[in-house]
Amino acid sequence: MKWLGAAALGVLLLLPAVLNSYAVTVFIFIFFYAFLGQAWNIVGGYAGQLSAGHAAFVGIGAYTSAVLSVQAGLTPWVGMLVGGLLSAVLGTVVGYLGFRFGLRGFYFVLLTVAFAEVCRIVALNTDAVGGALGYYITFTGNPWQFQFQDNRVYYYVALGLMLIATGIVAAIERRRFGAYLIAIREDESACEALGVNTFRYKMLAMIVSSFLTGVGGTFYAFYLFSLQPGAVFGIPLSVEIIIRPIVGGAGTVMGPILGSFILSPLAEASRIYFGQGGWAGAHLIAYGLLLIAVVLFLPQGAYPALRRLWGRAAR
Amino acid sequence: MPPLLQVTGISKRFGGLHAVRDLSLEMARGEVLGLIGPNGAGKTTAFNLLSGFLTPDQGAVRFDGHSLAGLKPHAICGLGLVRTFQIVRPFPHLSVLDNVRVGALARRPLMAEAREMARAVIDRVGLGAKTDQAAAGLTLPERKRLELARALATEPTLLLLDEVMAGLNPTETAGIVGLIQRINESGVSILLIEHNMRAVMTLSHRIAVLNFGEKIVEGPPAAVANDPRVIEAYLGEEYVHPPAR
Amino acid sequence: MAVGLTLIFGVMRVVNFAHGDMMVWGMYLAWILSTRAGIDPYVGFVACAAALFVMGWVTQRLLVDRIVDAPHEMQILLMLGVALVLENAALVAFGPDPQRVRSPLRAATFWLGPVFVDVARLVTFALAMVLTLALYLFLTRTDLGRTMRAAADNAYGALVIGTDVRRVYAAAFGIGAACVGAAGALVSPILPFQPAGGLSLSVASFNIVIIGGMGSLPGAFLGGLLVSVAESLGAVFLSPSMKELVSFSLLILILLFRPAGLFGKTAA
Repeated sequence: MKWLGAAALGVLLLLPAVLNSYAVTVFIFIFFYAFLGQAWNIVGGYAGQLSAGHAAFVGIGAYTSAVLSVQAGLTPWVGMLVGGLLSAVLGTVVGYLGFRFGLRGFYFVLLTVAFAEVCRIVALNTDAVGGALGYYITFTGNPWQFQFQDNRVYYYVALGLMLIATGIVAAIERRRFGAYLIAIREDESACEALGVNTFRYKMLAMIVSSFLTGVGGTFYAFYLFSLQPGAVFGIPLSVEIIIRPIVGGAGTVMGPILGSFILSPLAEASRIYFGQGGWAGAHLIAYGLLLIAVVLFLPQGAYPALRRLWGRAAR
Repeated sequence: MPPLLQVTGISKRFGGLHAVRDLSLEMARGEVLGLIGPNGAGKTTAFNLLSGFLTPDQGAVRFDGHSLAGLKPHAICGLGLVRTFQIVRPFPHLSVLDNVRVGALARRPLMAEAREMARAVIDRVGLGAKTDQAAAGLTLPERKRLELARALATEPTLLLLDEVMAGLNPTETAGIVGLIQRINESGVSILLIEHNMRAVMTLSHRIAVLNFGEKIVEGPPAAVANDPRVIEAYLGEEYVHPPAR
Repeated sequence: MAVGLTLIFGVMRVVNFAHGDMMVWGMYLAWILSTRAGIDPYVGFVACAAALFVMGWVTQRLLVDRIVDAPHEMQILLMLGVALVLENAALVAFGPDPQRVRSPLRAATFWLGPVFVDVARLVTFALAMVLTLALYLFLTRTDLGRTMRAAADNAYGALVIGTDVRRVYAAAFGIGAACVGAAGALVSPILPFQPAGGLSLSVASFNIVIIGGMGSLPGAFLGGLLVSVAESLGAVFLSPSMKELVSFSLLILILLFRPAGLFGKTAA
């Protein structure tokens, strides 16, 4: 398996040399959403705490680094850490409230959605960050400001983010932290009886997850240059974040990556074919159908199923 | 030598129901204490109170020199008191090895060490053949052994076993009884809730009997078995002095 | 609206995340009936309810039934998928712009003492009360209704006494959806609706049901009254766009401090 991964990585590294700018953009989105999905995977996949409000962290990270850059001239390379930190603060709050008050399953989902929506509404009504019109960043192409003339640099940055997040997840899985998260997902009470401080580990997962997602927000801000509360805090983004790991395999290292490679091209294709003539939401219908299909037929996601097939074929 | 476990007057009410009323117990190191009583007598509630899943309304619990007041279950496990569940709770999607490893990680944070320790414990309880099987596919007796193994992997000083024989046939029961004896011989103290009288009599050094949340009798097995109050609790007054034929 | 949601949860322990989106479809159906067939929504709501009953039944039979025993996360994801499909199908079919249904009753108003009464809202309120009462009678007086309540209390027990639990579940889902279909139709002349509105309607339903107590019918009813009053007051004292903020904040507070045993300390 390892040489396959190395080969794939090699291909990805060399790809920009042969792809046109549009294709490079598609890959950027694949990598970026895989990154966000991987960050979510820590708390949503491994720990099993379904958060449907992760867009809140993207939004906070995005607005923070954007405002700091525009108003205070702070380079986003540092701004992304600040953004990540603020997101982690929100993550701590949401996690604390949710876990301390014992919110599980549906109630936790609702809590996360509520917080994301509150962020959205606050941003919508705060003129200092542009309110309903949104916040804009002028493109300067200056690398110190996390902006690059060449699309391909963004490609490598996004790829780097995805690899870093994947590395973190893999490291977590290998250690006690990961084993505990998986066990918590299986049965929290049994874990408590076995000496696992479930509250602490769920909080840790939430903090790491929200921090990484916040960092991703900076990439979002300095790739798209415009921030709309509805887009960057809204449910659609949260759905984009969670659907890749779920379809690809929540709680696995390769799940979010596989999911992103399946879903991003799908979204692009449907956007092309249906984008005109009022079929704007069609790719979301496909998402919905896929989600239903996965839950009914492949609850563990595509990657575990593929691994089983591979295992059978290898024999 | 101070007692390993010192329970002083704990009580727990649920609304109008006094699940446990002024319960006091003591256990010495290395002992096996059986906790028996009719259904609804408060035994599992007592376990929940001891292991931190419930907080007593009154009373105190001291274990190995520490007060357990306000401690969460995981902290209590850290001190060496671990419990199993009446309805077993394996981690269904994980293998037997991974299940037990979660317990082992409590004392051995490094994954490789925890894994070795888990293997050893699995062999000890006789599940070696099923090490890599998913827990969901185990039979009931195997799940009971798994539950035991997981708890054992945390290297407890005191093990609380909640009706571990429930649902087992006589052969399986004998197997578990032997296993528990060996565990006790290795130095682990055991407090067990059981309905299987033979098992309790065989295993216990002492027995405490609960009824309606209160301890009514305590003593060596033989004495308890013949105590009229115990007979009355289980079978009703008429059987204390069965009518002459 | 909330009554339908609580019924579905009470009987099957499934949270219908697609609730709001189903309601939006109810609204659009009323709109179609009104614009294409000229049927007033105050009459046509029956048809909407029936149509959504079918939708609910089908959803339950085809999809939910398979995962009734699955962990909650799976159910949530499933209904989320359904919500996505419904919302975006509506978007594709009807476009993103808000609509309203015209009804002759719309313009009618009259003075009741010092209070200015809007006939449309009054009729909606009255019909909603009637329907709720009808549902209550159904659940307490009819066989199917009682079976449903039995299944809600103890699914296994219901199975043991020979109930066709799947049919009961399907009926429950169907009725729940019908409630929301009727609600949608009744409200369509009053509230502008659009496909993207599904989420806020779902959240509103959850808000009400959680306040009133999941699975409790009278709770849902009272909760509905409570929340509407609170929101109206909120709209009066705060700016309209912050109204949503109020309902979300309320939801957060309710989730945290809900009296009905949400303090989930790990009790064995």
